[in-house]
Amino acid sequence: MSIAAENAAATPAKPLARINWVALAPWLYTIGLFVLWELLVIALEMPPTILPAPSRVFQAILQYWSPIWKNSLQTLYTTTLGFAIAVVAGLGIGLFIGWSKTIYAGLYPLMIGFNAIPKVALVPILVIWFGIGTIPAVLTAFLISFFPIVVNVATGLATIEPETEDVLRALGARKMDIMLKVGIPRSMPYFFGSLKIAITLAFVGSVVSETVASNYGLGNMMSSAQSQFNVPLVFAGLLMLAVEGIAMYALMAWIEKRMTGWAHRSTMAQ
Amino acid sequence: MAHLVSPLVSIENVDMRYGGANGTLAVSGLSMKVGKGEFAAVVGPSGCGKSTLMKLVTGLHIPQGGGVIVAGKQVTEPVSIVGMAFQNPTMLPWRTTLDNILLPLEIVERHRHRLRKHKAEYVEKAERLLETVGLKGFGSKFPWQLSGGMQQRANLCRALIHEPELLMLDEPFGALDAFTREELWCVIRDLHAAQGVTIVLVTHDLREATFLADRIFVMSARPGRVLKEHVVPFARPRELDLMYEKGFNDMVHELHGEIAQARVAA
Repeated sequence: MSIAAENAAATPAKPLARINWVALAPWLYTIGLFVLWELLVIALEMPPTILPAPSRVFQAILQYWSPIWKNSLQTLYTTTLGFAIAVVAGLGIGLFIGWSKTIYAGLYPLMIGFNAIPKVALVPILVIWFGIGTIPAVLTAFLISFFPIVVNVATGLATIEPETEDVLRALGARKMDIMLKVGIPRSMPYFFGSLKIAITLAFVGSVVSETVASNYGLGNMMSSAQSQFNVPLVFAGLLMLAVEGIAMYALMAWIEKRMTGWAHRSTMAQ
Repeated sequence: MAHLVSPLVSIENVDMRYGGANGTLAVSGLSMKVGKGEFAAVVGPSGCGKSTLMKLVTGLHIPQGGGVIVAGKQVTEPVSIVGMAFQNPTMLPWRTTLDNILLPLEIVERHRHRLRKHKAEYVEKAERLLETVGLKGFGSKFPWQLSGGMQQRANLCRALIHEPELLMLDEPFGALDAFTREELWCVIRDLHAAQGVTIVLVTHDLREATFLADRIFVMSARPGRVLKEHVVPFARPRELDLMYEKGFNDMVHELHGEIAQARVAA
């Protein structure tokens, strides 16, 4: 209350729009990074085959716009598809694991063991099964990104307050009732939080697979550019990946906020 | 000692052990009777199995020895004629206060099937309860928009919405400041007077027990059993001023002495 009053009193003191440094900071820092990079390249006289300056990278983006655009869309497609499968499967497996302590105890070590396997090592197997191209990329994106979703959903279910459970069980609630009324809504903030981690991992998976075993996508584009010593184009691909990653992350963060506003009460309260 | 015509809760020589044959014996030889419409309080040193008592009466735990009879029936599964409230209000943060209060109706067998059709009727009932505890107009707020005391009031409403015959309270006012606590004592006193519900209150606060209860059970240290039973002689309705009278303080003092002894004996 008192903080709100102080804010109200402080705002009219500076009537004209003050520069909102917090909102501006991401852009300024990004520009700062590019400027620093450019200066470093100039100062060290780096040849573009080792470290191209950002200006050279942007030039490459314009020059190769058509293949970059096509491959970016391909990577976005495989990543999003793999991620979507991961969301469905992760939610399902997470609910299944969180359902009972026995299932949780039995499957958890298996999941950890599975997650410890580097997914790049699975790509050759996927290629044997499905051939090169889109399918292994989608599946690698799926395999790498579903683990955090499973763990988060299961954790949300496993951390129901025992008092809440007692209150409901004393009323004659069945396991299903407790899951539907408490467990699932409770695990939703964990679930939506995990999407942010999962989407960035999905990009790792799809690009790894495209690099090793595909004729399309940014991963493939970068590896062929690399074999032709076209380093600016490699960096252009990296930049596009970063842009796609940030965009998808922002989308997930937005969805999280929309769906589970109640869990962010500290910023909304009063 | 008042004679109990029809006990609503009757616990006879109950043993309850956690964690298998060599586990902790939480209560042993526990016996108590609570009459219909009575307000009983259970006090004792910490770790005396008061929470176990709650779970035994509500049917969340089934004892290994002895019997628990609630409303004339041996308890073998959760009994849905009880309402429960704990120290932690455990309101679900994604539901409004009103929807939180309606939650038990979505569970209890005889209400869940008619909830949708008779929603207005139930909402009206919830709003009446909110008014009783002094939360009129707060139903649309989310629990985290309420203070601790208000959440605990809402928690009481949730425990009462399905018109339980028995209300089990496990230190419901423990986390509140002294003034809010006294306010809520009056709320629960008035609810008891108005609704004729049987209440079992588990508490550490001897003044709270003496002010509210008709009958106080003093429990021993683990493994818990009832050491002594007191009938509280003060006439109802009781006012907060009662707590400054000599008779009241003597009783609190006596209870204090008994619990101190029970702690030493442990």
